[in-house]
Amino acid sequence: MSEKAKDYAGAKLGMWLFLFTEIVLFGGLFLLYAGYLHRYRADFHQAARDLNTLLGGLNTVILLTSSLCVALAVTALERGRQGQCLLSLALTVALGLGFLVNKFFEWSAKFSHGLYPGSAHLHQLPPGQEVFFGLYFAMTGLHGVHVLVGAGLLSTVTLMVRRGRVRQEDFVILENAGLYWHVVDLIWIFLFPLFYLIT
Amino acid sequence: MPPDAKHSAPHILSPGLLTAVWGALVCLTGLTIALARLDLGFWNAVAALSIASVKALLVILFFMHLKYENRLLKWLLGLACLVLAIFIGMTFFDLAYRGLGTP
Repeated sequence: MSEKAKDYAGAKLGMWLFLFTEIVLFGGLFLLYAGYLHRYRADFHQAARDLNTLLGGLNTVILLTSSLCVALAVTALERGRQGQCLLSLALTVALGLGFLVNKFFEWSAKFSHGLYPGSAHLHQLPPGQEVFFGLYFAMTGLHGVHVLVGAGLLSTVTLMVRRGRVRQEDFVILENAGLYWHVVDLIWIFLFPLFYLIT
Repeated sequence: MPPDAKHSAPHILSPGLLTAVWGALVCLTGLTIALARLDLGFWNAVAALSIASVKALLVILFFMHLKYENRLLKWLLGLACLVLAIFIGMTFFDLAYRGLGTP
């Protein structure tokens, strides 16, 4: 064990600053979406009909539940209940992977209908619909990468909790990983209505 | 208002409160899906984005613990949101009036 003093507030502030850059990153993409929605309103509404609202809604509930699990994991560790914390974290990662499995089926269905970036079918659609699916794949794809990174991060933290490197007296790494996961959830909260519900 | 919490005594959110917040989030998701089935025209987008914003606020305040953090973090988040609002607002000042005045 090193005896280095840890700056708890500083560690958390640093994480929040990083999260602001994530918000601005997706904010730029949301702006692009809003601009094109303004220009191709009818095409966007037509294209959004092709998305499966049920699957999107299910994925929303999955991510919300995983967010709850990681918040419960923080509470458990703060109360010194390591076992409960590990269980909650494992559940969070499992739900994150479940989200990706859903996404896999969703994208596979799109691909089998000839809808994938650069496909011939996409080029034949009206320009607004082509833009819609371009944004759909770019934004949900980038979000999917974030889910993957978050799941990897939380798996690492799970191991650290198991080994006692993250514990009741020093849990800022768990809190920060949790914050990242919540931002992944936050972004989906806005992606879901924009892509699935504007029909 | 809780005073700026000292590190030695972190503010712990109870599982009951967290579960209640989760319940509210799931209900709001159901509400936004139900509202999307109605044809409200322009108000569909307003409703969807308002509900999404309320959900985001719930996640930020409770799951992300911001309600209990110090003032610095709250101001910084406000600043980040303000920057985003300026980006979006200024762009739409342009987009909304494009093509006006040209024959």
